[in-house]
Amino acid sequence: MLELKQLSKRYATGDLALNGVDLEVPAGQVLALIGPSGAGKSTLIRCINRLVEPISGTVMLDGEKLSGLRGGKLRLARRQIGMIFQSYALVERLSVMENVLSGRLGYIGFWRSLLRKYDSADIKQACELLDRVGLLSMLDKRGDALSGGQKQRVGIARALMQQPKLLLVDEPTASLDPKTSRQIMRLIVELCREQNLAVIINIHDVALAQQFVDRVVGLAAGEVVFDGRPDELTEETLTLIYGEEDWSTDAEDGEHGEDEESGDESETGDPLNNIAKGAHP
Amino acid sequence: MPFVSDRRLRWALNAGVLIYLVLAWLSVDVNWARVSEGMERGLNFIASFLQPDFVSRSGEIFLGLRESLTMTLTSTVIGVALSIPIGLGAARNIAPLPVYLFCRLIIALSRTFQEIIIAIFFVAMVGFGPLAGVITLAFATVGFMAKLLAEDIEDARPDQMEAVRATGASWLQWINYAVQPQVMPRLIGLSLYRLDINFRESAVIGIVGAGGIGATLNTSINRYDYDTSAAILLLVILIVLASEYFSGYVRKWVQ
Repeated sequence: MLELKQLSKRYATGDLALNGVDLEVPAGQVLALIGPSGAGKSTLIRCINRLVEPISGTVMLDGEKLSGLRGGKLRLARRQIGMIFQSYALVERLSVMENVLSGRLGYIGFWRSLLRKYDSADIKQACELLDRVGLLSMLDKRGDALSGGQKQRVGIARALMQQPKLLLVDEPTASLDPKTSRQIMRLIVELCREQNLAVIINIHDVALAQQFVDRVVGLAAGEVVFDGRPDELTEETLTLIYGEEDWSTDAEDGEHGEDEESGDESETGDPLNNIAKGAHP
Repeated sequence: MPFVSDRRLRWALNAGVLIYLVLAWLSVDVNWARVSEGMERGLNFIASFLQPDFVSRSGEIFLGLRESLTMTLTSTVIGVALSIPIGLGAARNIAPLPVYLFCRLIIALSRTFQEIIIAIFFVAMVGFGPLAGVITLAFATVGFMAKLLAEDIEDARPDQMEAVRATGASWLQWINYAVQPQVMPRLIGLSLYRLDINFRESAVIGIVGAGGIGATLNTSINRYDYDTSAAILLLVILIVLASEYFSGYVRKWVQ
């Protein structure tokens, strides 16, 4: 369904973030992308919906080539790809309902979106999704009135509102507490299995990923170094992905440990800054 | 630890500055006779503030104020309307480079010249009266508003903008959903602030013939009707204070 061929990205700063990545994801598969900070995980998923422009390689979604699309065609491609963010990325001054409905922007015209005249079917779907994520009672609250876990639930509803074929999830739990993290992961995976979506989840938390996903891909320095079932992850493969470390110490301690807090900025910061500097194509 | 560590150099620098100040002061040529004469006129002017005359020229004052308020509102509305597209174009994070440079050029042009100079130019172009004033103030508003709006857009949260872009939104939808909510409070606050400034400026540019209360003020000063001038200035202060209070209230409400 999704097919990446020899995808590479070099930032203007000269950093090679992706180095010829090949990856195929069939419909309905939940894939976890793991790797150290700066390995290129955020860049990889942003190259798929072209928030970041790859320097070479191709992205195919359902037989359609996404690389090189511009304007209206790019818009049609993007609306098939939902995205969930580490920082939730709700528009904080808009209401929960407006945030969820913004998932339909790729489907409706400017004037109708300006006047907030959505189809009744869209509104019904938005209500169902909000009910599903447990926030129906909050629909007229402003985005900044919610807690982190609630914001992420709205983020999930917004992404699914697009009725996507593919879901890109960027560190969905890195800003959440362990319990909320598990709930959010379960919700994402459950909803995606129901709708048979392909999902790529960037995640630091290897133990959490192993519990929920079908397949794990390890990325190090912009290259795929591991691709297999979650139970195939061994100490050797973790060393291959993350570098030398004593993996035998209690996994429970390591679960929400250093790699979650320390390097995050450098990785997610870089593509975001590049996006901030770039224009809307 | 002193900034200049060598003691002798430090003293030499201090002495040098002192000598320069004395010499500079001696070079200023003051006509003390003229100062004492002018001091009396100045005192007259201040004294008339104690007995401002609102009545004898009330008709002219009323017309002047009405004209000024009309100029203020019209020019602010036109200026803000024009500054929105230019401000969008001048924000580096949403505009392509050529558009960015073009919009920054307009802003730089508008901000280079003081209102009075622009007013003289437009008075020469369209003649005496409030039309020149409206064009002047609208032009100055564009530079001010577009620059500050662009800076606010550049400070907008990139993750929110990225999220809306990822939904497949068109450029206009993206502006409406991701950018507008983030900058609206500041846009409203700045517009109200500019309304204030435009009213004050309308009193100044009237002096060079661009209409409004400034013209009335200028006439009264030329006629040595300082009590009327005082009344006009007091009314201007009052209106500025009122709009200050009002805009503070609105700003709090739109947060």
